[in-house]
Amino acid sequence: MTQVNMTVNGKAASGDVEGRTLLSSFLRDQLKLTGTHVGCDTSQCGACVVHVDGVAVKSCTMLAAEADGADVATIEGQANPDGSLNVIQQAFQDHHGLQCGFCTPGMVMSTAALLKGNPKPSEAEVRAYLEGNICRCTGYHNIVKAIMAASGQDVGAIAAE
Amino acid sequence: MYNFEFEKPETVADAVAALAPEDAQALGGGQTLIPTLKQRLASPTTLVSLKGIAEMQGVCKGDDGSICIGGATNHATVAAEAGDYPALAETAAHIGDPAVRNRGTIGGSLANNDPSACYPAAALASGATIVTNSREIAADDYFQGMFTTALEDGEIVTEVRFPVPEKANYQKFVQPASRFALVGVFVAKYSDGVRVAITGASNDGVFRWAEAEAALTANFAPEALDGLSLSGDDMISDLHGTGAYRAHLCNVITKRAVTAAA
Repeated sequence: MTQVNMTVNGKAASGDVEGRTLLSSFLRDQLKLTGTHVGCDTSQCGACVVHVDGVAVKSCTMLAAEADGADVATIEGQANPDGSLNVIQQAFQDHHGLQCGFCTPGMVMSTAALLKGNPKPSEAEVRAYLEGNICRCTGYHNIVKAIMAASGQDVGAIAAE
Repeated sequence: MYNFEFEKPETVADAVAALAPEDAQALGGGQTLIPTLKQRLASPTTLVSLKGIAEMQGVCKGDDGSICIGGATNHATVAAEAGDYPALAETAAHIGDPAVRNRGTIGGSLANNDPSACYPAAALASGATIVTNSREIAADDYFQGMFTTALEDGEIVTEVRFPVPEKANYQKFVQPASRFALVGVFVAKYSDGVRVAITGASNDGVFRWAEAEAALTANFAPEALDGLSLSGDDMISDLHGTGAYRAHLCNVITKRAVTAAA
């Protein structure tokens, strides 16, 4: 076992991990931050996306030891300081961008990463960016709408094809 | 996943030392290796992360105008910073998905030599030089079949040097579920000739299509490929496509790459 230390959602976090402990396992099992979901565990689905040092990664395909010393952001740190939903989360609610909600933490974290680098993405850019986030409920149209709305763009033209 | 010790050296020399034991394994971005470990297809006793080695990070320009990429540089960085070789940056920008591109490294991809990976086609078509901790290897000598390279045990890809072509393009026909290349073709036109490298198709991994190279060197236009064909006998056949189908795709996708590059 080795000790890892990282900052998670702005707070210092540490724990003893095995070499094989995944970042997703460390977050969920040791820090009890279960908002990060593990869907496929094969780096396909994106439900486990978190930010490590400001970029989106699949936490089921990164070792906790690799994140030693890193700044990690998870879905639990996304709400506004007063507890209300942030712009992205609110847009997902407003536009029905979720049904069962399992993929939503990863969708929100991927959206945050997308909008950080590309504040006004086109619909095509949004769809391309979500290549690594799988949703089996919505058919994606309302997720795309939510992301366009979160970026302050008109969503009236986005038809449910 | 079986358990292992984790090490993260800060220099190439320390990494080479850490990799000396027989069951030690280098870890790039882990986007292939970690899923492989989960399936218990590998059981190293020690994983040696190469991500802490500063000298293996980043994109720079060599004195001869070539693009030099540190072995531990992730795909997103290559996509953003290899603009002097646009086709290479574009190739990196379409590997995997955004989160994978933030972790996966060029050295890891080339060391693994997955028969459907994109970077081997880029390196082979560019006549790149694979630099390791102990030597420099020409791409033509480096790729030696599916998941097989010239690397010795414990040898690390520290840098990859790409001569910048006059024109180039990579086209990938993706398998719609995995998004890996069913067939991917990288075409690069240099002053002394055209090189064509194909990934995804062959049982022997990435390969050069000599007949197409000769035709395109004489006339860099898609119609130069009319009538040329590869045999499907040694191509990958699976539920996504037969060898004959992949062989046909090689011509079609090469034409698309030439059209896009010309």
